Amino acid sequence: MADIALKEPALRRSVFDGLPLASKAAAACALEPLPPATRLAVRGRPGVAEAAAAALGFPLPTGVCQSAEGGGRAAFWLGPDEWLVIAPEAEAATLAPTLEQALAGVPHAIVDVSHRNVALTVSGPRAAYVLNHGCPRDLSLSAFPVGTVSRTILGKVEVVLWRTGPESFRLECWRTFAEWVVGFLNEARREFE
Amino acid sequence: MLIIRCPICGDRPELEFRYGGEGHVARPAATEALDDQTVADRLYMRTNPKGLTVERWRHVHGCGRFFNAVRDTVSDFFVTTYKAGEPRPDLDALKKEAVR
Repeated sequence: MADIALKEPALRRSVFDGLPLASKAAAACALEPLPPATRLAVRGRPGVAEAAAAALGFPLPTGVCQSAEGGGRAAFWLGPDEWLVIAPEAEAATLAPTLEQALAGVPHAIVDVSHRNVALTVSGPRAAYVLNHGCPRDLSLSAFPVGTVSRTILGKVEVVLWRTGPESFRLECWRTFAEWVVGFLNEARREFE
Repeated sequence: MLIIRCPICGDRPELEFRYGGEGHVARPAATEALDDQTVADRLYMRTNPKGLTVERWRHVHGCGRFFNAVRDTVSDFFVTTYKAGEPRPDLDALKKEAVR
């Protein structure tokens, strides 16, 4: 077998590279790509939520559309037996085995989806308004308070929307949809240019 | 836009849901003993009533769960929704309730 050694390490390109994220409308609604992260899709029986605390530092949230965070990690409730765990990229190799160990004995499934999703922040005084161009959910602070996270739809794309502040959201979408999402949001915020 | 009540998440816009066919179509036991007509009827024949009908829906862009819903095929009004596995509600009683 031929010995293949790269002279230089492979270049890693973000899917957001070259996309028009800067805009004159940024004062009303700014888009900013977030760094790569470790993402785990966790499914399992009710016991999973408490057992995961040993690995994450906090139990998985069990209330509808609730999130939990701590130590740079966040866990999102997506369904009655489904969670999305997000952690810094440095934990890519260690988080899944640690969680696997903590959940031993409880029926569960952990899938590493770190490279399936990309994330960007949508922030600014008109962020909710711009998202509502394609998202049919009520994003007012009373119906979607800070900390709420939900799988929903943006135009044609399924996204996970997490409200991180009164005027800021973390939007997770599939990597191949990122270009479409940025184009859609640019179109939506054009009135603020 | 219709607002559909997911039994788990609560009221959500219809875009988050997907239709899943008629509800309470159970697979019979010992299908190998059934004749072709019975199997074909179960697979392909649906009631298609005018009025209240029981359907499966899935909150696909939300919690991902299947649930059952009673919908009026004339007005498109969702009379009630309930979790999968729960018994079929009394449609006649719901009909009287729906006439308001």
